[in-house]
Amino acid sequence: MGELMIGLYVFVLATLTGREVITKVPPTLHTPLMSGANAISGIAIVGAIVVAGRAEGALQTGLGIAAIAMAMINVVGGFMVTDRMLGMFRKR
Amino acid sequence: MNLDHPLIEVAYLLSATLFVVGLKRLQSPATARAGNALASLAMLIAIIATVVDAEILTWNGILVGVVLGSLIGAVAARRVEMTDMPQLVGIFNGFGGGASALVAIAEFTGNPAVGLGSTGITIMLGSLIGAVTFTGSFIAFAKLQGLMTGNPITFPGQNAFNAVVFLAVLTLAATAMGVGGLAAPTMTLFWAFLAGALVLGVLVVIPIGGADMPVVISLLNSYSGLAASAAGFVIGNMVLIISGALVGAAGLILTMLMCKGMNRSLANVAFGGFGGEVAGVDRSQIGKRPVRRADAEAVAAELGYVNSVIVVPGYGLAVAQAQHELRKVGDLLEERGVDVRYAIHPVAGRMPGHMNVLLAEADVSYDKLFDLDEINDDFPNTDAVLIVGANDVVNPAARDPSSIIAGMPILDVDRARRVIVMKRSLSPGFAGIDNDLFYLENTLMFFGDAKDSMSDLVREVRELA
Repeated sequence: MGELMIGLYVFVLATLTGREVITKVPPTLHTPLMSGANAISGIAIVGAIVVAGRAEGALQTGLGIAAIAMAMINVVGGFMVTDRMLGMFRKR
Repeated sequence: MNLDHPLIEVAYLLSATLFVVGLKRLQSPATARAGNALASLAMLIAIIATVVDAEILTWNGILVGVVLGSLIGAVAARRVEMTDMPQLVGIFNGFGGGASALVAIAEFTGNPAVGLGSTGITIMLGSLIGAVTFTGSFIAFAKLQGLMTGNPITFPGQNAFNAVVFLAVLTLAATAMGVGGLAAPTMTLFWAFLAGALVLGVLVVIPIGGADMPVVISLLNSYSGLAASAAGFVIGNMVLIISGALVGAAGLILTMLMCKGMNRSLANVAFGGFGGEVAGVDRSQIGKRPVRRADAEAVAAELGYVNSVIVVPGYGLAVAQAQHELRKVGDLLEERGVDVRYAIHPVAGRMPGHMNVLLAEADVSYDKLFDLDEINDDFPNTDAVLIVGANDVVNPAARDPSSIIAGMPILDVDRARRVIVMKRSLSPGFAGIDNDLFYLENTLMFFGDAKDSMSDLVREVRELA
């Protein structure tokens, strides 16, 4: 089986897993869910590091650095703001 | 996948597993914070595995990007007001989508002769989805932040025009992969394709009204996940594919919930140009019928001497920043032995769950917040309902099949014994129609700015015997 096909299997199964896990998140946590999921989409940082690490020439280097900066805004900002919000959910 | 370094793959597997477990812990407010911490640990593991594995030739650029991005993200996360959360999530989405697009673009610049095949197609998909997410999110941000009009921007033949742009973008992607054997240089075709994709992101978001932005933000969230997955296919990395798929699913589920909360299809939200002036609705009579008015003293008496009160907060509460005063009223009523609960409509606020965050910030206990399905049957047994800055979501017209909001799920507040509406004026909500609730016999209108009215109410409730 080619790598593309394996990737598709993984993609479909992960989508179904995500659906199962996320439909059970209560509406009260939907904003933190969204900002947390948002932070997870910053996983593009992995691709950005790979690209920046093997960049050849100014164009690729520039693209790689920009990708890293954008992904890190997403990752650091996303997880921090989610934590800040969840810290406010208290039961009295 | 890199089977020469099984340890790296194991680290990625651990990372993907922790993402799922972290999301699972978001199923309860008691475990959610630990879940988020677990997901950030998963991210750290993935980053470390990548740094160890990737053959990094030059570190300086990477460090500059990491430091710069982390600083911007951290400052934004610390400074943001909770009312501005939708725009922040929107712009973070944009950066995530942009990063994924840049990964795909960098791959193409390294191999412009990739041709038509699985690699070429995933590169094009990653660039397209990422670029649309990038510019679309910036437009959503600008609309929510008030940098541009929140009204739909429409022009004749818009949907047809957008379809033509979309087809042109697809054609350019195909020719950049060598289809048709054009003489034009591949890179030129690719840049044209990319420019088209960026324009497309703008075009698809401008016709959508400000109050429909929750749907757009949710959908762009889903896209940013799909863009990450596509980038995963491009560089052959499973953790990207898995995480991207999880985010894609999350965004799509929230999008569908939002649409259901408004009883509108995704197509209607995306292409309907809803909001602003609605044709065929007679607005001349809005606010002309007589209402029963009440001042803070009368409202305090209505709320302070009963057994049960349900508060219905809407976006107007957040705009007026009155949530802290509201919580004080709730506390005072509870001290008097009144059972106080909060009913939250799925589309209250400017993103899914936004109102819950605003009330949590004001220190309202989360077990007092109820969603529509949980609380709607309790209104007939409730003494008084206090509506603060909500309108369309409590409009009984939704039960009338001829209304433009027919079928939208509403909170059945009119079935409570007493309804108190705190509002600036009788002006219509986002749907642009009058609200019969205001004129019912058991309704009292408490006019004024939500924050001032709420402060007055705090004082009057304190003075009750």
